[in-house]
Amino acid sequence: MTQAPVVLRLSGLSKRFGAVQANEAVSLDLRRGEILALLGENGAGKTTLMNMLFGHYLPDAGSVEVADRDGRLAALPLGQPQAALRAGVGMVHQHFTLAENLTTFENVILGAEPLFGFRRGRAAARARLKALMARTGLHAPLDERVARLSVGERQRVEILKALWRDARILVLDEPTAVLTPQEADALFATVAGMAADGLSVIFISHKLREVLAFSHRIVVLRAGRNVGGMTTASADARAIAAMMVGGALPAQPRPAQAAPGAPVLRLSGARIDAPEARRRLAPCDMTVRAGEIVGVAGVSGNGQAALAALVSGLARPSGGTVELFGQPVTRFDPAAFIAAGVGRIPEDRHHDGVAGAMTVAENLVIERLGDPAVSRAGFLRRRAIADAARETCAAYDVRGPGPEAPARLLSGGNIQKLILARVLDRKPGLILANQPTRGLDVGAAAAVARRLIAAKARGAGVLLISEDLDEVLALSDRVLAIHAGEIREAGAPATLDRDRLGLMMAGEAA
Amino acid sequence: MIRIEPREAPPRALRWGLPPLAALAALALAAIPLWLAGADVTRAYGLMAQGVFGSAFAVSEMLTRATPLILTGLAAAVAFRARLWNIGAEGQLYLGALAAVAAGTGAIDAPPWALAPLVIAAGALAGALAMAAPTVMKARLGVDEVVTTLLMNFVIILFVQMMLEGPFKDPMGMGWPQSEPMVEAAMLPRLFDRMRVHAGLLIGLAAALAAHVALSRTTWGFRVRAVGENPAAARHAGISVGRTLLGVGAVSGALAGLAGVGEVAGLKGYLTADLSPGFGYAGIVVAMLAGLSPLGVVAAALFVASVFVGADSMSRALGVSSYLADLIVALSLICVLAGGFLARYRVRMG
Amino acid sequence: MDLLSILLTDSFWAASLRIATPLIFGVLGALVCERAGVLNLGIEGIFVAGSLAGWLAVWLGASLWGGVAAAALTGAAFGLLHAVLTVPLGLSQHVSGLAVTLLASSSAYFTYRTVLPNLAAPPRIEPFRPLGLGPLADIPFLGPVLGQQTALTWAALAMVALVWWVLNRTALGLALRAVGDNPDAVDAQGLSVHGLRIGAVVAGSALMAVGGAFLTMSAFDAFFIGMVNGRGWICIALVIFASWRPGKALLGALLFGAFEAFQVRAQTQAGAVLPSQIFLMAPYVLSIVALTLAARGADYPRALLKPWFKGRR
Repeated sequence: MTQAPVVLRLSGLSKRFGAVQANEAVSLDLRRGEILALLGENGAGKTTLMNMLFGHYLPDAGSVEVADRDGRLAALPLGQPQAALRAGVGMVHQHFTLAENLTTFENVILGAEPLFGFRRGRAAARARLKALMARTGLHAPLDERVARLSVGERQRVEILKALWRDARILVLDEPTAVLTPQEADALFATVAGMAADGLSVIFISHKLREVLAFSHRIVVLRAGRNVGGMTTASADARAIAAMMVGGALPAQPRPAQAAPGAPVLRLSGARIDAPEARRRLAPCDMTVRAGEIVGVAGVSGNGQAALAALVSGLARPSGGTVELFGQPVTRFDPAAFIAAGVGRIPEDRHHDGVAGAMTVAENLVIERLGDPAVSRAGFLRRRAIADAARETCAAYDVRGPGPEAPARLLSGGNIQKLILARVLDRKPGLILANQPTRGLDVGAAAAVARRLIAAKARGAGVLLISEDLDEVLALSDRVLAIHAGEIREAGAPATLDRDRLGLMMAGEAA
Repeated sequence: MIRIEPREAPPRALRWGLPPLAALAALALAAIPLWLAGADVTRAYGLMAQGVFGSAFAVSEMLTRATPLILTGLAAAVAFRARLWNIGAEGQLYLGALAAVAAGTGAIDAPPWALAPLVIAAGALAGALAMAAPTVMKARLGVDEVVTTLLMNFVIILFVQMMLEGPFKDPMGMGWPQSEPMVEAAMLPRLFDRMRVHAGLLIGLAAALAAHVALSRTTWGFRVRAVGENPAAARHAGISVGRTLLGVGAVSGALAGLAGVGEVAGLKGYLTADLSPGFGYAGIVVAMLAGLSPLGVVAAALFVASVFVGADSMSRALGVSSYLADLIVALSLICVLAGGFLARYRVRMG
Repeated sequence: MDLLSILLTDSFWAASLRIATPLIFGVLGALVCERAGVLNLGIEGIFVAGSLAGWLAVWLGASLWGGVAAAALTGAAFGLLHAVLTVPLGLSQHVSGLAVTLLASSSAYFTYRTVLPNLAAPPRIEPFRPLGLGPLADIPFLGPVLGQQTALTWAALAMVALVWWVLNRTALGLALRAVGDNPDAVDAQGLSVHGLRIGAVVAGSALMAVGGAFLTMSAFDAFFIGMVNGRGWICIALVIFASWRPGKALLGALLFGAFEAFQVRAQTQAGAVLPSQIFLMAPYVLSIVALTLAARGADYPRALLKPWFKGRR
């Protein structure tokens, strides 16, 4: 590509949060019409960098220049999304910034009209939005409340919001996290079309494959620094992966062949009825046996939450039966499931996994307050709890200010290790691992995977629910696909067709 | 530009020093309304101090005033630890007092040694029951307990008024709506001769100690704290949030009911509709000043009681409205709040 | 039975509207705060402070509307305190609200007793007079009912329309509704989350205070300690009953006013049979029932009670 003019220049951006240096002296350029991939593993500082560009964070050091309409670079006032928007920078956030009680149209025009003006010209705005939708192929119902839109539609609204403000630079943060493979392809096709028309794009990703397929140029971040960039055409996958991780990739744990034993979990026609589609589970039949890992692949919001709630004991089925270790379940509450030997790793570790203000030691015993090792006659055995916590933290490599510190001081990876320790220490026969490596860097993710494989080798059955298709395929003995609350068998990873799996995740294909 | 960053952990000194600092700040701020009311500020402060510490009797009056505040403060602190916003201590106090009178004015035939314990138990039970309905509504129906407990205060006080003009009315009370006096054996003993401070104080202190031990060292207390910190995580871990809330609610209501028992069976000897000048609401301030710590509640209750007793005395001497006390207490709450912010966040300029 | 015939008198409906007026202001005020995501439990104290401020201003020589302005300013000031504590500082909205209620009512009572110590009967002012309907006064039913209302009641009705219009038909209202659902959405569109919330709380508190002023400047003509008597809390319950909508808020307040007007009249008729306290309890019990019945619908402001800080993602 001939050298298009530079439209964006980041120079020496740095940001520190407490003890963590999230970004250090990062510089990069973006040219007109270019699709630049910002690649790095979880925690590398990609989102922080873009948040600084967009004004959500104020950098500690560094500057940003954006080309104005005449193409001249001008300094961008930092720390104000208003300034970024005016300069033509638009951002599609990883966690959508939409007001669910407002319609598509209202979300798009929010903040775009003067707050205290009288004339609003809504009819003209509606027409303009319809034209924009037609031009870009990004459709969403104009007058439907966002609460009722699907995830794909919501993402399109996010993008339309940015384009509405005449964004000349569009930042996409992990855009495919919530899309099926086919939807992701469609999105990139649309984006490529807009880039050809002059839109400059930065997209953040931790998935090497899609970066190689859809970008013109790649910049790699690691531990907050820009460690290198290259044109995609000249990129070498292995070298890039090494750049991301800073050395050789840790050996990906490979589970041994399964020799499945007795069923530890069996759902027969179990279903959950709910008014919201994303909380529904269609009648399903599935089995998890001892010594095997069953992976459930699916895009977020397709019933995984309902399935997880059922297997955690948090929801009671509206019909059908659930059997644990061969016995039908009569009591659906978490305490009963824990007592029966089910270990649960929740999807949202901060919301459901730990009580942040309680200590690490307390969080380790929270599921077994009645245990003789933990309490006697209603009184906590504090010394025993503290000693056990020290041992457990050492055994599971939980790092932090110590077992008597509040759990919220731990990093995400260490909180996950804490939860793993709590769950695995009891040697459960069935483990529910719901998005166990979400938000973790490669090292921490590998550690989690190793523990799950070890548990399987020990004879536990593992139900793995994950949006990361690679993870599901790498760890599972059998794969199921979930879409709109329906679960279907996809087969063993070695033999299944990846494209077919993608279609199943999208609800097409038998 | 002003930036606000969360601190990893509040500095020890700030956590313990904060409530006394807030109290001092509030006392200092009271100079403004004093000055606006045209009073001699230094003389006013002097009279307040004298009103509390000037004599053994003054101290005993302060302790007498602190007794119900310790109990309503504990009621609030324990409930708030579970994030159960019990604003109904005022009503629960009154219901406890009503139950105490029901049990202790001679209607019940019981041996004398059993009367006082019976009265105490009745008051605690009544308070616990008063809190049951709002707690159930929160646990089962998700109804906000702040408003329900607040509104219940009005209902209960009207109910007590109704009782005092009806079945509980003292026929020898010369027409005033008041209850019959408590039987001698049902009364809580005085602690010292010629002073009004009574055994209710000991009940309060014992309750504070029990609450402290329960919250920090028992599995019950663990569950209460877990539900207060993160109900979703507690539920996920197998803790029954509903049952925990019901338990805490009962304890909280019982404590407030005990405050009513103390006022009726320890201090006044009979029940009128103006038994409490807002002890229930003051208990909330006490709990917040104490940072929800049961032992801290004792200290905070002493402070608030001192403010009320001192301001009363000063007001009689100088003619300044005794609502100054309410002002000072409200200001201390605001100061604690504002100060609590500084403990949790660092403020940076530039 | 005679009780039902109460419903047919226009004095009953006039009284209903009169009793509902402070509630209309209060519910609108609370609704504006909560739609933006802030629970304002200072309402009870702000009612008290507003009732004193308005009355006192008139007693000291201001005009009636000057008194209303004084009340509104007082409410705005206490609202600003609550806003600062809960929005940029992000402190517990429950505790801050209760603190403001305590501060506002104790300030009001202290001021009253200091300015007017020890008077046997509370001094009185010349309150708002019924406006009458002029040529329309002869319309059956509506004529007498509306004709007995004062300017403040008309203002309350106008406020319902105004709040509805601002929330649903202006860009400002759109932003307010958004900030109560997802402050991140508002921030990402370049608007100030804190500015919107603080503004909403201040405006809502001003409305609340005017509701209090109605008590001393229109319904009665004097200030009594304890005259608010829980009306602020009832408004908080009514907001939930109204699903945070101005139209339903008006309906709720009117129903409530009707209920109270009814029980006052029923009491005089049936007073020998039931103790007065039963009738007095009824409003509070009704509010509790209304709270219980009102399901948390789609209109619950999702961001209510959750503080928001810049740069916390």
